[in-house]
Amino acid sequence: MAIVETKKLTRNFGSFTAVDSLDMNIEAGEAFALLGPNGAGKTTAIKMLTTLLPVTSGEAFICGFNVTTQPNKVRRVIGYVPQMLSVDGTLTGMENLLLFARLYDIPSKECKPRVLDSLAFMGLIDAAKKPVHEYSGGMIRRLEIAQSMLHRPPVLFLDEPTVGLDPIACKTVWEHILQLKKEYNTTILMTTHLMDEAEHLCNRVAFLSRGKLVASGTPQELKDSIHKPGSTLEDAFIHYTSETLSDANNYSNISRERKTAKRLG
Amino acid sequence: MQNFIRKTWVIADFEIRKILHDPTEVLVRAVQPALWLLIFGQVMARTRLIPGENYLDFMSPGILAQSVLFVSIFYGIAIIWERDLGLTHKFLATPTPRTALVLGKAISAGIRCIPLLFIIYILAALLSVHVLWDPVNIIGIIFLLILGAILFSTFSLIIACLVKTRERFMGIGQLMTMPLFFASNAIYPIDIMPGWLKIISHFNPLTYMIDGMRLLMIGTPSGFSLLTDCTVLAISSAVFVLIGGSLYKRVII
Repeated sequence: MAIVETKKLTRNFGSFTAVDSLDMNIEAGEAFALLGPNGAGKTTAIKMLTTLLPVTSGEAFICGFNVTTQPNKVRRVIGYVPQMLSVDGTLTGMENLLLFARLYDIPSKECKPRVLDSLAFMGLIDAAKKPVHEYSGGMIRRLEIAQSMLHRPPVLFLDEPTVGLDPIACKTVWEHILQLKKEYNTTILMTTHLMDEAEHLCNRVAFLSRGKLVASGTPQELKDSIHKPGSTLEDAFIHYTSETLSDANNYSNISRERKTAKRLG
Repeated sequence: MQNFIRKTWVIADFEIRKILHDPTEVLVRAVQPALWLLIFGQVMARTRLIPGENYLDFMSPGILAQSVLFVSIFYGIAIIWERDLGLTHKFLATPTPRTALVLGKAISAGIRCIPLLFIIYILAALLSVHVLWDPVNIIGIIFLLILGAILFSTFSLIIACLVKTRERFMGIGQLMTMPLFFASNAIYPIDIMPGWLKIISHFNPLTYMIDGMRLLMIGTPSGFSLLTDCTVLAISSAVFVLIGGSLYKRVII
């Protein structure tokens, strides 16, 4: 049974359709990447699945719970790392995690051990008592992932988890995501612009273009589907989404990405 | 209900910890009321605006309420800032009631104002204002202060959820503050207002907050009764928290 399932999921903003009849099934333990140019609808899809944005039409289920009619049940089974920063810079890493542990209803006696465990898992135990504004970009991302995994959710949403990070920090974040998947069998749905990231971390990939799912499959299947010898995932991406590349980048998307990159140093 | 109270406290605790990590903001905020008391108050005291009453006595509770208003009314900008950072998305993706998120933040606005209360009390005492130091009165003032902060900060949050950008909010924030302040009994009594302003002042919750504070801080008989003051503030706050709770999610859309 699919742990994440969407049926004709659609979101309109006025006359603009950001996500158009999205049908998607993700099995338990799978890592799935949504790829597409800026403005393709990746973040909008994730916002609907995480209950942050109302659905215009269609349905979506996480662990069998309907995102529209059972939003609170959905929130208990998901972890979410937004593209922007989601930890407070003035507080320590430990404080940030403790507060979210309480928001996720982890019993008070278990909060501290669970937080220490998560910090250790993400390699942040030595920085636990440092204010987050002293963390590097990669450490902040790992802290955010730790924060989202405190309640051990079966499904984790990562919206461009390595945006703004240098290659070394990216690699460390990747290692921790893979470790998380292996240790807890977490289902991961992520968006990214990095083809090698999708290929390295994900079992399956889907291309979104103008809100529509235009192709999906394993990275190898997608490469093979364009019938070009030696093709890469990037070639497949360009093949399926190139018609939207020139006009999709709008001001708010660019601004958001640059702000995140700047804050991560 | 227990879950609601617990989550509200978690959010308030989150905000209090931020203040403890960086208390400079609270001290900077004390400059404005100090200027009002030390300059405006002292000058106006010479005009004998209110016959038979020390103007600084009259004005001190008004300046305390004004400080609460000014701190709280710009709370919406923090909501927009948190939205831009991504924290709001994270909060909204947790199983936390929206009204608990709003009320927790509103309570923390009140807690942020408590140091201002003590600074204003000390300044007032230095200016020979006849302050009542009874702990029961001080606890009563803190209660009114927190109610007022909840009311004005949720009002501010509602505006932030509607206008969504810092630039628009700053303009509207300025536009809201001055009419609320001038249409209240903060720096002059209702009796000397023109008829139309008297009517407006009765619909202004700041008037009731100052009325209660004046009774508890300097012992001036209440114009409406302390119970009326508390009831008006509590009911208005509850309504605003409910509206804020239903609008909070809109800030990220």
